[in-house]
Amino acid sequence: MSNHHLNYLEQLEAESIHIFREIAAQFERPALLFSGGKDSITLVHLARKAFAPGKIPFPLVHIDTGHNFQEALDYRDAMAASIDADLIVRKVEDTIKAKSLTEAKGKFPSRNWLQTYTLLDTIEEFKFDACIGGARRDEEKARAKERIFSVRDDFGQWNPKLQRPELWNTYNGRINKGENVRVFPISNWTELDIWNYIKHENIPLPSIYFSHERELIVHEGQLVALSDFVLRESTDVIVTKRIRYRTVGDMTCTAAVESNAVTLDEVISEITAAKISERGETRIDDRVTEAAMEDRKKNGYF
Amino acid sequence: MDILRFITAGSVDDGKSTLIGRLLYDSKNILIDQLEQLEKQTKNKEAGPIDLALLTDGLRAEREQGITIDVAYRYFSTPKRKFIIADAPGHVQYTRNMITGASNASLIIVLVDARQGVVEQTRRHSIIASLLKIPHVVVAINKMDLVDFSEEVYKNIVADYASVAAQLGLNDITYVPISALQGDNIVDASTKMEWYTGKPLLQLLEEVSIDEDINLTDPRFQVQFVIRPQTEDLHDYRGYAGKVISGVYRKGDAVTILPAGIETRISKLEIAGEEVSEIFAPQSATILLADDIDISRGDSIVNTNNLPTTLNELDVLLCWMDDKPLQSGNKYYIQHNSQLQRAIVKEIAYRIDVNTLEHQSVEGQVKLNEVVKAKIKTSSQLVFDSYEKLRANGSAILIDETSNSTVAAVLFI
Repeated sequence: MSNHHLNYLEQLEAESIHIFREIAAQFERPALLFSGGKDSITLVHLARKAFAPGKIPFPLVHIDTGHNFQEALDYRDAMAASIDADLIVRKVEDTIKAKSLTEAKGKFPSRNWLQTYTLLDTIEEFKFDACIGGARRDEEKARAKERIFSVRDDFGQWNPKLQRPELWNTYNGRINKGENVRVFPISNWTELDIWNYIKHENIPLPSIYFSHERELIVHEGQLVALSDFVLRESTDVIVTKRIRYRTVGDMTCTAAVESNAVTLDEVISEITAAKISERGETRIDDRVTEAAMEDRKKNGYF
Repeated sequence: MDILRFITAGSVDDGKSTLIGRLLYDSKNILIDQLEQLEKQTKNKEAGPIDLALLTDGLRAEREQGITIDVAYRYFSTPKRKFIIADAPGHVQYTRNMITGASNASLIIVLVDARQGVVEQTRRHSIIASLLKIPHVVVAINKMDLVDFSEEVYKNIVADYASVAAQLGLNDITYVPISALQGDNIVDASTKMEWYTGKPLLQLLEEVSIDEDINLTDPRFQVQFVIRPQTEDLHDYRGYAGKVISGVYRKGDAVTILPAGIETRISKLEIAGEEVSEIFAPQSATILLADDIDISRGDSIVNTNNLPTTLNELDVLLCWMDDKPLQSGNKYYIQHNSQLQRAIVKEIAYRIDVNTLEHQSVEGQVKLNEVVKAKIKTSSQLVFDSYEKLRANGSAILIDETSNSTVAAVLFI
């Protein structure tokens, strides 16, 4: 029976496809939250497999903070067109204007908190009952405790104490009116699993994941790309280095990694040898408080 | 390289968090920024520069209220395996949490404090392991450093546990003496217990054979979603997407659609849109059939020569998981894989004491963390196997119709 054996990537893939099919069957209006990052690119790849030879039976939604890397936006548009997916883009900028929201101040004014408003408005606008996200449980300790089917109340809030037990491979997606579910099909994948899968499946990625030259500000030991969104000061130390991104978020809250890795193999070997976690190395926003993610999730964040 | 999912069971002070921390740390799955964070948080420096138990420390909401929220999942890997730990806290609500964590586990680590030996909690954890039919058990006798690494203490505990295991019918039990705090017999063989000739814990986890835990003899498949592209070139395409719960399916197999009982043949098998000659558990696949039959989500496609049980009145074990108690006669939804229907709990035969396995009579309600044997009636035929025979097709959940909460784990008898 040795030929009836799945390796760990095949097992993870089978589990994620199973989750995608449960979403499509259990919900009336699901949506896949697409950011242009490697995790959501992997999600789209898995969704295509789940419903092949049919189309993905739900739209891709991008909550555009306006602080994105152009490379990620270009990738998003090209990818959506190539797989004939419905792409919905809603801009945080518009929410800020419509609701007179106050933008964060400081050197790296993050719209991370504000995008929750746009997300909740978008859920309301399209009456989405399930939003599919690319969060992984290995990322952070609040994530480690969240269910694959995570029920949120009318305000999008996560209540860690009122989670449903999740048993076997049985997913209970029943909700009351006004509630919605965040679903995380790659909960059980780690960062390295994602990279190995991308390599195995030969999934194209935005170019910023590979080594390139960029002008950067050195800030508390982290390298942040010079952009219109970052407040420039005369005391800034500006350097030009060969870097790549390990995660792709906003230009204001994602730090770069010095690297000469131009192929997936090189990226994977660097990540295998990395001594710092993905969020620790590249996310400026998680450093603010120890419970930053927990707080954001309770407020309706992904 | 494959995946081992396991659960750790221990009482509050058995050193469960330290053990998990030790596994993550010694297998080099902890990174510098996480270590720095730990160093900052470690207040008790006596045991060493970092408190490994903090690695599994929870949310701020938990720290503030001194509680732990059911199950957290931890990940680590070695060149041989990827590991997923279901980390369930050890105090109140333990039955609910442990059942949740155990439902997907192939292995359980039962932690025993070498100073205490086999205690009531050990027994309870083992009873749940046997109810849930976890295939492999590792008894980790911890805190050996506090009993001078004594072989005699170890041997006495092994003998005690063996008699408990025999009563419960637990199979494949391995014993390992460890000190999670000092790292003895975790990754490397301890130099302080040379009398122990077995493998260190991590090696046990890496080498336990789990291939045969997947049933490849009884073909079971439930339709999750019907793929109908309805495009010009795929006009008549109708694919039944689902997970192979168990067994192997081949092109041309004679199959029966249940509960309808209609027979047909497999005309094509696909994985991710690509044709394949066979599919097997636990793959997600798509089955195409020779005949046009009305099939929808929740229907089973099984081999005509190997049929599961089809009933609408059946005996089950219910593990109650909700604060709101169960009352005999109440109606619920029952979700068995992808099949959802209504169910009524008709009669409750007895309660199983999870500390003693004793059967007790039930008067009135069934409360949180109680396990009972009951008879349920479903609104239409349920297609299933006994949990004993086929874990993956022998379980379900009950859902409260009004709150939509998952209120019970159901094991088919």
